[in-house]
Amino acid sequence: MSAAPLHIAGERLMLDPAGVLHWPARRLLCVADLHLEKGSAFAARGRLLPPYDTRETLGRLFPLLRRYRPQRVVFLGDSFHDDAGAGRLGAAERAALVQALAGMEAVWVAGNHDPSPPAGLPGVAVAEHADGPLVFRHVPQARATGEVAGHLHPKAAAPTRAGGVVRPCFVSDGRRLLLPAFGAFTGGLDVGDPAVAGLFPRGARVFLLGAERLYSFPAALRRAGAPAA
Amino acid sequence: MRTLPEPFAGWFAARGWTPRPHQLALLEAARRGEHALLLAPTGGGKTLAGFLPSLVDLARAPREGLHTLYVSPLKALAVDIARNLTAPVAEMRLAIRIETRTGDTPANRRQRQRERPPQMLLTTPESLTLLLSLPDAPAMFEGLCAIIVDEAHALAGTKRGDQLALGMARLARLAPAARRVGLSATVAHPGALRAWLSPSARAEDVRLIETRGGAAPVFDLQLPEGRLPWGGHMGLASAPEIYRRIAAARVTIVFVNTRAQAELIFAALWRLNEAALPIAMHHGSLEIGLRRKVEAAMAEGRLRAVVATASLDLGIDWGDVDQVIQVGAPKGVSRLLQRVGRANHRMDEPSRAVLVPANRFEVVECVAATEAVAAGELDGEPPRPGGLDVLAQHVLAMACSAPFHPDALYAEVTSAGPYAALPRRDFDDVLRFVEDGGYALQAYDRFRKLFRDAEGKVHVRGTAVARQLRMNLGTIVETPMVKVRIRGGGVLGEVEEWFVSTLEPGDCFLFGGQVLRYERLDPGAVIVSRGGEGEPRVPVYAGTRMPLTTWLAARVRAILSDPRRWRHLPEPVREWLRLQRMRSELPPREGLLVETFPRGGKWFLVAYTFEGRLAHQTLGLLVTKRMERRGFGPLGYVGTDYALTIWSAFEPAGMDDLFAEDILGDEMEEWLAESSMLRRTFRHVATIAGLIEKTHPGQEKSGRQMTMNADLIYDVLRRHEPDHILLRATRAEAAQGLTDVARIAALLARVKGRIRHRVLDRVSPLAVPVLIEEGREWVAGGAEEALLAEAAALVEEATDGAEHFAEVLAEVTGKVAPRGTSVTREKERARRRSHWVRSAPRMVTGR
Repeated sequence: MSAAPLHIAGERLMLDPAGVLHWPARRLLCVADLHLEKGSAFAARGRLLPPYDTRETLGRLFPLLRRYRPQRVVFLGDSFHDDAGAGRLGAAERAALVQALAGMEAVWVAGNHDPSPPAGLPGVAVAEHADGPLVFRHVPQARATGEVAGHLHPKAAAPTRAGGVVRPCFVSDGRRLLLPAFGAFTGGLDVGDPAVAGLFPRGARVFLLGAERLYSFPAALRRAGAPAA
Repeated sequence: MRTLPEPFAGWFAARGWTPRPHQLALLEAARRGEHALLLAPTGGGKTLAGFLPSLVDLARAPREGLHTLYVSPLKALAVDIARNLTAPVAEMRLAIRIETRTGDTPANRRQRQRERPPQMLLTTPESLTLLLSLPDAPAMFEGLCAIIVDEAHALAGTKRGDQLALGMARLARLAPAARRVGLSATVAHPGALRAWLSPSARAEDVRLIETRGGAAPVFDLQLPEGRLPWGGHMGLASAPEIYRRIAAARVTIVFVNTRAQAELIFAALWRLNEAALPIAMHHGSLEIGLRRKVEAAMAEGRLRAVVATASLDLGIDWGDVDQVIQVGAPKGVSRLLQRVGRANHRMDEPSRAVLVPANRFEVVECVAATEAVAAGELDGEPPRPGGLDVLAQHVLAMACSAPFHPDALYAEVTSAGPYAALPRRDFDDVLRFVEDGGYALQAYDRFRKLFRDAEGKVHVRGTAVARQLRMNLGTIVETPMVKVRIRGGGVLGEVEEWFVSTLEPGDCFLFGGQVLRYERLDPGAVIVSRGGEGEPRVPVYAGTRMPLTTWLAARVRAILSDPRRWRHLPEPVREWLRLQRMRSELPPREGLLVETFPRGGKWFLVAYTFEGRLAHQTLGLLVTKRMERRGFGPLGYVGTDYALTIWSAFEPAGMDDLFAEDILGDEMEEWLAESSMLRRTFRHVATIAGLIEKTHPGQEKSGRQMTMNADLIYDVLRRHEPDHILLRATRAEAAQGLTDVARIAALLARVKGRIRHRVLDRVSPLAVPVLIEEGREWVAGGAEEALLAEAAALVEEATDGAEHFAEVLAEVTGKVAPRGTSVTREKERARRRSHWVRSAPRMVTGR
């Protein structure tokens, strides 16, 4: 797995192909839109989805925490699929999460799905997290600079000689950075959608997640052929 | 019984009719209390034969309460039959109420039907399940005497047929004395159809009544005047000939194979329509009111022709049709006969039909089909075992009706033909799935839908469950659709959501016979205006194409390989085959011809296996797996009815290895699991089973209603519980859809050591039609990463790593189509065919 460097507001950030952001200078790891307990949120409404999404998502996150050993982990909002999600966390998953976060500061940025702090988990809950020239918030704001945001679950279609290949992606124009959604049950929104494209009036670059590395392309912010799903 | 009782005898006599033998035979079967299956060609008073015993019974002993339940696959058919029955009942002054019950029935009438049921209720499988899910179902159905299943051949073997069989099993418990009557077209497997209809799942408990068709149909082959097209399935080149034949006949049905083809043929006919003949169109995506108008105009004899898809295959009887034109290959012998039967409904005269093949392979297919009809042979697969997803829906519906004991429900379910061999383990797993999801990790106890009492009876928990069931009821999983609405006007119909996502404001498309300009997407509807500049596109609908029956494919193979059998083929086709013999070679009768050649930066491999599209899709999965292992970088493949085509990044070699029998190895299952086909199957299974929400046309997606992406669920479930009942159901269904592996094993064994590999420098004559095919499958895996790396490097090189150049790439590559859809190809095709629709017709209904 090789991470790719990206400079925002003069800071050198590393984009990891697993879909997380590492800021080496601050030993900070940032992950967006985990949507933990999405399965049980649907189950409560009568759709008995597989109850393995939290386990799956955390199973992808823990090796990254072990590899980067960050001082601080910023959860960039929508960490739980709904406000009561933290309460539904299974005992085993809760214990594993607490253990994995030991020795680190967890910063829970509020999301639109989970505006309240997660009950019974270590760390601090904030509306947004400012650090030096950067601000970490869930919903990107118009004309912001030095912003790291989630919320939109960006994905993009890259052109290849055998047709487009669709993957979740980072999006950046050097002023702001959008993170892909990390959760196992999170779909994506094409970067051609006005909700994403509108944030990058001067164009942007997308970094598609690959098995071992990122694939960088200029973003097709005019509406690509891909339906948002 | 030799004669009809009064007042029926008098009513028949007054019309100069005599009862047909099969009508009397059904009366006799009913008198003895026997279940019966009537096989008869279209026409011949089949439906009346089904109802006659019930009418006679009710005339003899008038009574209140539901007496006869009629189930048809089409709402429109139920409505039409109700209308046709009401007249004789009124004329004979019988005190019989006849009503329909479908999804369109208004709430007040539904309520009334529950309180005071009519003697005869006409409905669909879905509406029957809904009625059976109500707590008062026992009261409604306890006095039922007869169940009539119309167009049984169209239901058996489908998921709707599974649902109906389960519904009938419940009716057998509520009304044990009710006899069953199946009405069907002539089929290849009457025994299997009897078993499907039987209350004991045994064929011998259903009496078979067959009427032989009269004169054999007469076929004409119509080729276009100019050059015979290489590819394509639309048949537009023959539009002038089709128009001439319409003008020469009284009333014509022009059958086509897809909705897109209907739009194009219709537009092409109107372009030629200088005499302004009333020509209409009928397909499943047109707004229901428009379709009814066309049907009414047809029934009243105001139309000269209607261009129709399978939406007119079944049911409604258009008395005066004197010509049927099939545009494009018929794809199956039984299907062709069904369509031909729409013309000239007198059994003593031959039906006439014109076959209009769209390309060279289709010419051979048409000739093969007419030979099969002449030989009196039918095709069609026997019904497959019932789907577990349908069972899950049924279990929940039964729980909503009343608490049940699992042993009793298992006994009831296995009395239905499609579920006769259902293992108890599968039943128990389905029940557990409905209860709490059935996961090994028991996380959902507090969200369970069903609970068991001390005696082991299963109860439904809460009213929300029943509400959700009703939202999800049915076994037809539609691709998400969006309504098409004229700005400031009405709804014209609907198109698939993905098609809308490829439109930009100002784009034009052809729909309902008009050129429409895309304005914007409102919640739940595409807003359009009439007319517009530029080249219109044609909405394509997924999954509407019928595969060639494997049986007909074999006949095609036999004709191609034997030049002595070419004499029935037209000269351009013979020339094409001769050219193939010169440039490459003809597919051998035994053995296998494989061609490879470079084209457009890729390598193509074409194998002429002639096993039918479904078998080719399975074979494609297996061969691409082997190619991946050998480092040929397979990118995708397409299985047509005649051949398998694979394209790869590198030149493939070693055909004996690629088509060796051991490609059916251990990793096959894993490879299959990654395929787009299995993912699609899982989406359908999960929707029918109630795991994910059904998407309703035009439904606004927002927050809470956001549908879950089935692919994500599939991935997580496969990793954490690969043996879950829904994954088992998915694999079982995919195995049927892909045809069994045994057939592929037989093919590989047959061609072993007899593979002829021709390395060509360009495409061969036989490969041309194959390359123009749609329905491509993509290979997931290593090749995708390699392609991304290659493309990223290319962009880097071209742009020197500049940060902002959003426009550059679009200029270099054009629009990017997501893999799995066909946006760019669709645009290319639209450009190619645009000259056909320059002058747009104005009417759909022909008025």
